Formats: sequence, structure tokens, C-alpha cells
Amino acid sequence: MAKSINTMKNKPSKYMNPYLAGVLLGLVLLAAFYFTGRGLGASGAVKSTLASVVTSVAPDHAANSHFYEHYTKQDENPIKAWLVFEIIGALFGALISGTIAGRLKLKVEHSPKISSKTRLFAAAIGGLLFGLGSQLGRGCTSGAALSGMAVLSTAGFISMLAIFGTAYMFAYFVRKLWI
Amino acid sequence: MGPLITQGIIAENWNFILAFVIGIGFGFVLEQAGFSSSRKLAGVFYGYDFVVLRVFFTAAITAMTGMIFFHYFGWIDLDLVYVNPTFLTSAILGGVIMGMGFIVGGFCPGTSMCGAAIGKIDAMVFFASLFVGIFIFGETYSMWEELMYAGSLGPRKVFDTLNMSQGLFALLLIVVALVAFYITARIEKAATKVEY
Repeated sequence: MAKSINTMKNKPSKYMNPYLAGVLLGLVLLAAFYFTGRGLGASGAVKSTLASVVTSVAPDHAANSHFYEHYTKQDENPIKAWLVFEIIGALFGALISGTIAGRLKLKVEHSPKISSKTRLFAAAIGGLLFGLGSQLGRGCTSGAALSGMAVLSTAGFISMLAIFGTAYMFAYFVRKLWI
Repeated sequence: MGPLITQGIIAENWNFILAFVIGIGFGFVLEQAGFSSSRKLAGVFYGYDFVVLRVFFTAAITAMTGMIFFHYFGWIDLDLVYVNPTFLTSAILGGVIMGMGFIVGGFCPGTSMCGAAIGKIDAMVFFASLFVGIFIFGETYSMWEELMYAGSLGPRKVFDTLNMSQGLFALLLIVVALVAFYITARIEKAATKVEY
């Protein structure tokens, strides 16, 4: 670990001031509302992509499912969705930022107290839970919580409190993954 | 007056291009803030880095205040802005499952995409697993369907729920944020430093 730090030649540049980043993120969100009447999102793009695969690979199965109902009734491919284009943009945006800052590096980031394997296993479990929960909760941290809070929806505040409150409650039990 | 696309002031064809451009801003800011690092994100739950709270709260307040002023100046028709409907049971239960996913996986969907974009393999695994989770939900949908629609309150505003005016709620939220910024900065100083 110490060796890898020493051998790093170009130190990545620092992160942006969090309050400035917050204001900029707020302005991006405001722009989304001003142009399209809807906020930002992330899990919705994953759902649309998945729906695109399922409706083309197993059309009969999708037609019989209430979950994919919305997609099987439309003519367009589900992947042609606003959030999918937004997320492709986000990937580019993050890539640009990471390139400028010198943070592009293929690696598994984890606490020195756990192995890469443990980290990847935890990431897989976490992703699965988050994916499932985002469907039940009608959106994730971006679409339900942040965008919801911006329009002062009750749902947005409930989502935010439930997500962060639960993470705080469980933090103690999985502390070995992080500290 | 906005929303420009909803009102047809900007042609519908621009919708996807705008989505892409807005997405670039979204991803760029998240990465710049450090949201591509799970260890930085997890800091908010262990007291060693409160960047999540600062960025998230500031963004919500900026957008909220912006919407209030845009409406006040007559720049946006709030009736055409989507307000996510409140379904109490599923919002809480979904939030609880997401919260567990957050603390175990260290990302949320948006931040995992940012991490994946700059080469974090753990973020790629998290992102790929989102598909699995959503697929499982889809396959077991009949099991969840009743829960999904329980406790429906419609597209409710939080200040109505709390029985206060919009302005008072907005002011209180800003005060809470400022207090939280101050307290967490103190906690952060006292916490054991974590190198990452």
C-alpha cells in the first residue's frame, strides 16, 4: 500500500470545494427542471436499459409482466429514454473530470484492512440491494431523493431520510468494510 | 417560460441532446466533488469525511431556492414540473433497502457510474449488480405490487405535509443545513484521519 503511494509519480489534483460543487450540482438540477420539467436520475436509466434487453430477448415474458407493461405498450425501444441519454452524458462528464484531475486508473478501491475480493463482493451485494430498493422506492438518491427535495416533494424527503437513516443505522455492523 | 421542452418552446428533438449535455454537467460535478470514490462517500457514515452531506444539501438547497425564485419571477410553470408522488410504504421500505445497499456497497447508482467511468473496478461491479437487483425485482414484481401502492398520498409537497408555508420550510431547511455544516466540520476535525 505504502509502496504504491510512493511510486505514484503524478499526484492527482484535489477535489473541488464541496460547497462550490453543491451549488454547481444544484444549477445542473435546476437546468434539468427548467428545460424538461423533470430532475436528474440514475436508476431509471438502468431500468430502461434492462427493459430494452428483456423486451427484445423475451418479448412474451415481458408482455406478461406488470413490471415491463409500460415498455411493451410503446412502439419505441425502451432504451430511447431521457435518462439513458443523461447517464451516457454523465459517464462522459465523469471521464472528462477524471482525466483533467489525473484520476484515471483501473483499480479496486478498498480499505487496507480488507482484500480486493471482499470489496468486490460487498460492491456486488450493495449494487443488488440498491437496484432492488430503487424500484420499490421509485427512484434512487438522484431521482427520488435529490430531485424530489428540489421540488419540495414529501416523497423526496422521505426517501432521503430512509436511505441515509438506514445507512447510519447499519454503519456500525459493517464498519470493518470501511474503517 | 419554462419548462421549455414541455411547453414546446424548444423542439422535442432537442430533448435527448439536452439530456446528454445536462448529463455531462451531472457526471463532471459528481466526479469533481469526489463522488467517484466509495471510501470518500462512506466517510459521511463514519465521521471522517462529510463531503456527501455538504454537496447533497447544498445542491438540494440551490435547486430548491432556484425553483422558488424562477416561479416568483414567472420563469417556470410549476404545474408542469414533475413532483414525485408519495407512497409512504414503498418509499420507506425502498429507502431502507437502498440504505443497506449504500453502506455495504459504498455507492449509489449515479456515483457508481462516475466511479466506473474513471476506472474503479468496484464501481463497475456495483453498477453491473444494479441490473441484477432490478431484474430480480421485475421477476418478483407480483410479490411487491401491493406494497408499491400502499400508503398513497399523491404528489404531496413537504410543507403541506408539515402544515407550514413554503417560505418558512425553505428557510428552516437552510438553517438546518448551516447548523449541520458547522457541526459536521467539528466532528470531522475530531475524527481519526483515514487515508485514501
